[in-house]
This record gives sequence, structure tokens and C-alpha cells, in this order.
Amino acid sequence: MATTVDVPARGAARSPVRARRLGTLALLLVLVAAAALASIAVGTRSIGVGDVWAALVDSSLGTEEAVIVRQLRVPRTVLGLMVGAALGLAGALMQGHTRNPLGDPGLLGVTAGASLAVVLAISALGITTPSGYVWFAFAGALTGTVLVYAIGSAGPGGATPVTLALAGAALSALLYALVRAILVSDQQTLDSFRFWVVGSLAGRDAGIAWQVAPFLAVGVLLALLNAPALNLLGLGEDVARGLGQRIWLARAVGLAAVTLLCGAATAACGPIAFVGLVVPHAVRALTGPDHRWLLPCSALAGAALLLVADVVGRVVARPGELQVGIVLALIGAPFFIALVRRRRTAGL
Amino acid sequence: MSVAAPARPAGPGGAPRPPVRRGRAVRIGPVSALLRWRQLAVPAAGFAALVLVAALSMGRGDFPIGVGEVLRTLAGLGEGPQEFIVLELRAPRVVVGALVGLALGVSGALFQTFARNPLASPDTLGITTGASVGAVAAIVLSGSTSAGALLGGLGIPLAALLGALATGALLFGLTWRAGVDGYRLVLVGIALWSVGTALTDWLLTNAEIYDAASAYVWITGSLNARTWSDALPLTVAVVVLLPLALAASRVLTLLQFGDDTARGLGVRLAGAQTAVVLLAVGLVAFAVSAAGPITFVALVVPQIAVRLAGGARPPLLASGVLGALLVVGADLVTRTLLPQALPVGILTAAIGAPYLLWLLVRGRRRSTV
Amino acid sequence: MTELLPRARPDAISEERVRLAAEHVRLAYDEQVVVDDLDLELTEGSFTAIVGPNGCGKSTLLKALGRLLRPTSGQVLLDGRAIARTPTREVAKVLGLLPQTPVAPEGLTVGDLVARGRHPHQNWLRQWSRDDEAVVAEALSWTSMSELADRPVDALSGGQRQRAWISMALAQGTDLLLLDEPTTYLDLSHQIDVLDLVGRLHAERGRTVVVVLHDLNLAARYAQRLVAMKDGALVASGTPAEVLTEQLLADVFELEARVITDPVAGSPMVVPVRRLR
Repeated sequence: MATTVDVPARGAARSPVRARRLGTLALLLVLVAAAALASIAVGTRSIGVGDVWAALVDSSLGTEEAVIVRQLRVPRTVLGLMVGAALGLAGALMQGHTRNPLGDPGLLGVTAGASLAVVLAISALGITTPSGYVWFAFAGALTGTVLVYAIGSAGPGGATPVTLALAGAALSALLYALVRAILVSDQQTLDSFRFWVVGSLAGRDAGIAWQVAPFLAVGVLLALLNAPALNLLGLGEDVARGLGQRIWLARAVGLAAVTLLCGAATAACGPIAFVGLVVPHAVRALTGPDHRWLLPCSALAGAALLLVADVVGRVVARPGELQVGIVLALIGAPFFIALVRRRRTAGL
Repeated sequence: MSVAAPARPAGPGGAPRPPVRRGRAVRIGPVSALLRWRQLAVPAAGFAALVLVAALSMGRGDFPIGVGEVLRTLAGLGEGPQEFIVLELRAPRVVVGALVGLALGVSGALFQTFARNPLASPDTLGITTGASVGAVAAIVLSGSTSAGALLGGLGIPLAALLGALATGALLFGLTWRAGVDGYRLVLVGIALWSVGTALTDWLLTNAEIYDAASAYVWITGSLNARTWSDALPLTVAVVVLLPLALAASRVLTLLQFGDDTARGLGVRLAGAQTAVVLLAVGLVAFAVSAAGPITFVALVVPQIAVRLAGGARPPLLASGVLGALLVVGADLVTRTLLPQALPVGILTAAIGAPYLLWLLVRGRRRSTV
Repeated sequence: MTELLPRARPDAISEERVRLAAEHVRLAYDEQVVVDDLDLELTEGSFTAIVGPNGCGKSTLLKALGRLLRPTSGQVLLDGRAIARTPTREVAKVLGLLPQTPVAPEGLTVGDLVARGRHPHQNWLRQWSRDDEAVVAEALSWTSMSELADRPVDALSGGQRQRAWISMALAQGTDLLLLDEPTTYLDLSHQIDVLDLVGRLHAERGRTVVVVLHDLNLAARYAQRLVAMKDGALVASGTPAEVLTEQLLADVFELEARVITDPVAGSPMVVPVRRLR
């Protein structure tokens, strides 16, 4: 439980910590598997586990259930796994780098950049399908982050977490101003954009997962490579430098990973808040601050959380569905607040 | 290290000392204060600019009136149609804009100082978002459900006010644990912000598109078609809350030192924290109710004010005056310089954000509150 | 000029008069009890150092004495009155305290920092009186900080910063001063500098001082009375010579040590031999 975690383990206490981490990892794997199964089985039309299994092993099975499973549910579940893992990972990276609980990836200009690009794509080019948005959203997210980083590091002190956060907030506000300038005067664009901006797994075909997969893969790789450096940065830049860490390299790798992960996730599903914010906080309570454990566990927890939220969204609003972004906010927020209230200080 | 000679007695006619603090001490009878010209000059200059911009704004429109004429009308020397146009048609909009900016600026300064975080503002803490939920629900649901009809019957400003106050109450209640910790306040605020944003977005996806469009204009923040009746509740709120906020200024300075030092100096911590948060919530709730969540004013203006006026925290009065100037100025620009009239909230962000960015790039000061 | 770092009148100092007392206090953070059933009396004009190993609860006790932490049972009395029921502003006029790692907002000047110490004596109308200015100037000059009054606190060295904070506590004009490890992070000469300052406040201005210290030799040299704590309990109390015995060092600090006489001050001096166990 969270209250027992903050005591640093020394000597003899080593093995219980390791056991708890392994236990956490195992638990998360089980959770992800269960969530994935539920995501395939549950929907407007519930499909039994047996039918799901049959459809998965026999690709020639032509029943209606099998077609739903293979063409709708499986791609949606795979996309949810990828995006959830990416967002959980990106959140853990951001919080590790900024040492700030406000380190939500959305603050770095990702969401704002993607939003502006999507609005432009809708209003100027008339694109209105999720798969059509992907490249625009991705390009917008990348541009937004690079701009934030350029501005945040242009000041005399270089890129500190605070200047980055301020630059992110300021640039986001500017980009949203442009988004709103278009939307208040263009009802048609608003009509499409309002469905993108809630963040959803619905209506995404298998192609979208393939489009973003390479970027996610590189992002995951960079993130995992960044873990040892993050452990050092957690001790402060001076200590990290003293231990031989090149600070700029660690920061650059981390930022690149966040950008790729978040940009690709946003491109695929629209902006989904809260996974990146809440998952690392919760996981840290179980694994402790070691990023070699924290990062992979955050990825798993993010995937499980996103899938569960998606399933809940399909169940509560039958025959329609509640978008996953909405569900996440509604179940994530109380959890997050409880977590915040529990801890005396949420030290990072 | 050598130790200084024991303190010499300092009689009224004693030898002149080196100045202890920068600034000029003003003492009249039992009243005393330390004045610093920059901390006075910034609000004063801001106020002068505000009057000018406001007069300019009241002069512009289908029937142009010169600045001098506007000022004469405001002084009660106007006549006929001009008086009607200035006082009844144009002044309410400008006055609402100025009061909204004032309230947002002061509220932002209160939150940022209290939380010791430059990103803490009524926007990021979810209070304006709560107002949006109330207003959007009133717009979108009024036709469909009985609860919605009730909301719609309240009218948009009241629904927004209730939304903001409810969120403020939640923020305070959920943060309270034998005191309000700034850090916890920010985290709980972020959570409420997320919920509010999600609910607003969800309401928008479920609305008829024309309802969604008008709701979208509201959540952008607009001064269109404001009348004196819109200005009244906000005026009352500002008249009551602003002096209280200024009076809390001294305690606010101490809260910045952290809980232990502040209590050591005799601050009643729980009371002071409660007062600051309630004042900030109250100001922003009435502001948002009058004009929608005009974005970025509460976030950016205190940061601009502290850089202009100096000092260790965003100055309240300067934040208020500059907030008013930003909103009124942005409104003037949207109505005159742009090809198409946009809601003022777009311009406040478009003006404020680059300025903050410029300060970040140029500034010698490290960027904290 | 009344409030200039007031010197307690020597004839009024009664060494029997208890200024600050803890009665059966139990102190806890959430569920974790740190100090249990502790009694302590601090008399007027005394200079007390609280010593003990890390985590023994000495800073926690100091917080409770300074009403920063409310005891879960028992009470702290200031001049015979329960401190928890005394308005905090009244307490602040009598009792000043310096937390272990105080934080100053960025960009604040030393003069402004020290001026904040006047808060308990000010109100909305009376924000910067002649008295305030004189006391702040006095506090700055006592700590040799007058020349640095215009500097931002964050640009000071560690020793200067500590003196600036002590200066603030001085400007508060209280006759009780609680200091939590005021010498942390300072080199030896600055430790001596800070403690000389505190010693002079005690000797020349009659301040009642309570200080948490790590360095036993410095504690023995400056304080009249040592209070030793272990595991949240008071183990020994008395003059440095009474408290700093080889047996106590073994019991409380798990340290084998010789105690000799400090050739300069004549106070007991600890020379460690090795850690026991």
C-alpha cells in the first residue's frame, strides 16, 4: 500500500522490495490480459469467451461474431493497448524529467499542436475521418513540442522544467486561440472537430494502428533507454553530472520519446488526458521511484486503464457509447484526488 | 568573522542609517507604509492607459465618436444620441470587460502566490472549466431534459456562476486537510479541470450543432451584447472582494515563506488560507459568469505584472489593472482591427501568450512566482 | 524608542520563572508517534541545547514548543498559558522561531526578508513605522548584514543566508527564540559566528534560547543546559558537565568516547573513539 512505500529500502529490505515489484509486474500483466479479453468480448453485442477464442484461432470462421471480433474488436483493442501504453510511458517520463506532478504531456504543446493541425485539415482540406487526421495530428504534435522546447530553452537559463512548462502553457494558449478563431466562425469544422477532441477509440480501423506503430516502437525504445539516466536525474542535475551523466543527452532522449509517444497516441485517438497524469502516480506507489521498473509498469498500467475505460464506456451508454476520454476523466479524477489526499507529500 | 559592535541607540535625532529597504516610507500619524515607485507607477500607468483605451473603445463603432467627446460624455456633459450611444450601448461592454479583467488578474495573482506555482490559475485549477460546464449544460440541455430545462431557466450567467462556485467548493473541500496545502491544491485542481473539460466536450458532442456553436462562443469568452444588468453582479462582487483581497496582501506575503515560518510570525494559517482561496474563487466566479472564461488573463497577467513592477510575488493591484487593460484592449482590437469580429477570449490569448513567451526568452529573472 | 531588540531588565529576570513548558506531550505525524509523554521546563533567561541522535524527535519537540505541531495529548504552556489556546499573533510577539530549512521567495531582498519579522507588530494601517525601520536596521546591524540589505536572499552564501534569517527572527523582537539546527551546512567558522551571535543575544539581551544542535562540543560550549533525547524520550537534562558523560554517550549515541575539558572554554569536550556495536 502507498503508505509503506516511501521508506527507502536498505540492505536487508532489498528482497521484499524486489518481490513487490515482481508482484506488481505480474499483476499488471494479468490485468492487461483480462482487460484485452473484456475489450474483445464486451460491446453493444456481447460475445462469449468461447466464441472469441474460436474467432481468434480459426481465421476462416465466418460467423457474424467472428467477423465482429476480427474486424472491429481486435483492431480496437490493439490500438487501445498501444495508445494506453504510450500515454502511461510518456507520463512517467515527463514526471521524471520535470520532477513535477504537473508534468502532463499535454502541457508540452502536443495536444494544442495536434488540435490546430486537425482543425486546419478539416476546415481547409475538408478531411473528416479519423484515419485522415492521423498525419496532420502527428505533424502538429511534433511541431508543437519542438516549438515549446525551442522557446523554453532560448532563455538565459536554458531549458529548465519551469521555463518549459511556462513555454508550453503559453504556446498552447496561442495555438488554442487560433483553433478557436477558426471554430467560432466555422460551424462545419466544429461539427467534426468536437468528435475528435474528446478522444476515442471508436471508428479507428486497423490501418491507423499500423500507421502509428513504428513511431510508438521507437518511442518505447528511447523511453526504456532513458530509464537509468532518469534515476540519476532524480537526484538533481548536479549529482547526475557528478556521476558522469550527460544531462543534455538524457533530456534530449527523454523529450524525443515523449514527443513520439504522445504525438502518435494523439494522432491515433485524439487527445486523451489523465492516463499520463494518474498512471505514474499510482504505479510509483507500488514500484518505488526506480525508473527501470516504473517505466514498463506505467506502460502496462496505462494500457490496462485505457482498455478498461473503453469497455466501461461501451457498457454504461448502451446502445451508444461514452468516449474513452470522458470515461477516463470521470473515473481517473476521483482516484487521483484520493491518491493526492492520502500522501503527506507526493514527493517525486 | 568579526562581530559588529553592539547596536547603537537610534534616537530620533540619531545619525542617518543606510537605507534598510528600498522605497520611501510614508508616515502620517499612526498610519505608515512603505511605497515603491515601480509598484505604484505600474498600476498608475496601467490605469491611465486603461482610461484611454476604454474611451477609444467607446468611441468606435458604426457611429464613431472622438475620445474627447467620449470623455466629456462620461463626465456627464454629453447630450442627445451620443450620450445614449456611449452610456447605454457601449459603456456596459467596456465596463464589464474592465471588471472581468480586474477580477481575473487579481484572482490569478492570489492563486499563483498561494500555490507558489506560476501555472496555478483559475483556468488550470478547473474553476473556469466548472463555469463552462454550467453554462454549456444550460445551453445544450435546456431543450432535452427536465433538469436541463431547470438549468436553462436559470439563465446562462447564473448557471455559470453556480458551476464555478460548485467547483471552487469542491476544490476547497477536497484540498482541505487540516489546512490548504498549495501543492495539494494544484493537484486537485488539475483533476477537477480534467473532469470539467471532459464534461464540456461530452456535452458538445451531444448537442445540436447550432447549440454547440453558441456554447463554443460562450466558452471562448465574449463581451458581445453586454448590458448594465450584466455588469451589476460583477460590480458588487468586485467592490466587496477587491478591498478584502488587498487587505489580505500582507498575509499573502508571509504565506510565501512556507507554513512554518508564516505561523512562527503569527499568521493564523488555516484562516488565512481559507480567506485567500475563497476570495480568489469568488472573484473569478463572478467574472466568468459575466463574460465566459476569457482565457489566459488570470495566468499571464500576474506574471507580466511581477516582471514590470518587481518584487517577490505578483502584485495584486498591478495584476488587476493590467488584466483590465488586456481585456479592454483585446476587445477593442477584435472590433476594429480584425476583418471579422472574434470573441475577446481569442485575442487575450493571442496578445498575452506571445508577450509571456517574449519575457521568457528575454528575461533575466528565473521563472517562478 | 521602545522595541529596539528589547533588553530584558536584569532585575526582572527570574531564573525560577518557567517561560515555556511541555507537559506530558505526545507528538505524532499521522499515526506515527515520535515523542511520547515528555515533560520539559524552560526557565527565563536560560540557554538550552537539545541534543540527540538523528531521528530522536528533537526537531519535532522544537516544533511543538513553537506551536507548529499540536500535541495529540498533553500540552505546551507559554508563560503558564496553553499555547494552543493563545492567539498565534500574541505568541509571535513573545516567541520567535527559525525552521530548519526556511524558504525565501525568489528575488526577495535581505531588507525585505528581515522586515517580514515585524509582521506580528504591524497591522493594515501601520505597515512600516519608524519603530519597524529602527528595529530592522538594528537587527541587520547586529548580524552584520546592513551592507547586504539590498541583496536578494538567493544570491547570498550559506553563512550570510543563515544570518539573514536570524536577523529576521531578531526583528520579531521576541524574548524567546527557538532555533532548529541553525548551523547546518555552515563551515566551522560560520558555525562559531552564528552561535556567538546567539550567545550574545542570550548574554547581552537576556533572550531565552532553545536550540537544536548536532555538534555536541559546540552545544556544550554555548549552552548552559543540555537536554539529551533518545527515541522520543528525554534521557538527561542538566549542565553540559552533568549530561555529557561517557556513559550517556554510550547509551544515547552508541559511541565510545572520552570526555575531556575543552582547553579554551572549559566546557566538556567529546573525543570519539569508535561506534559501539
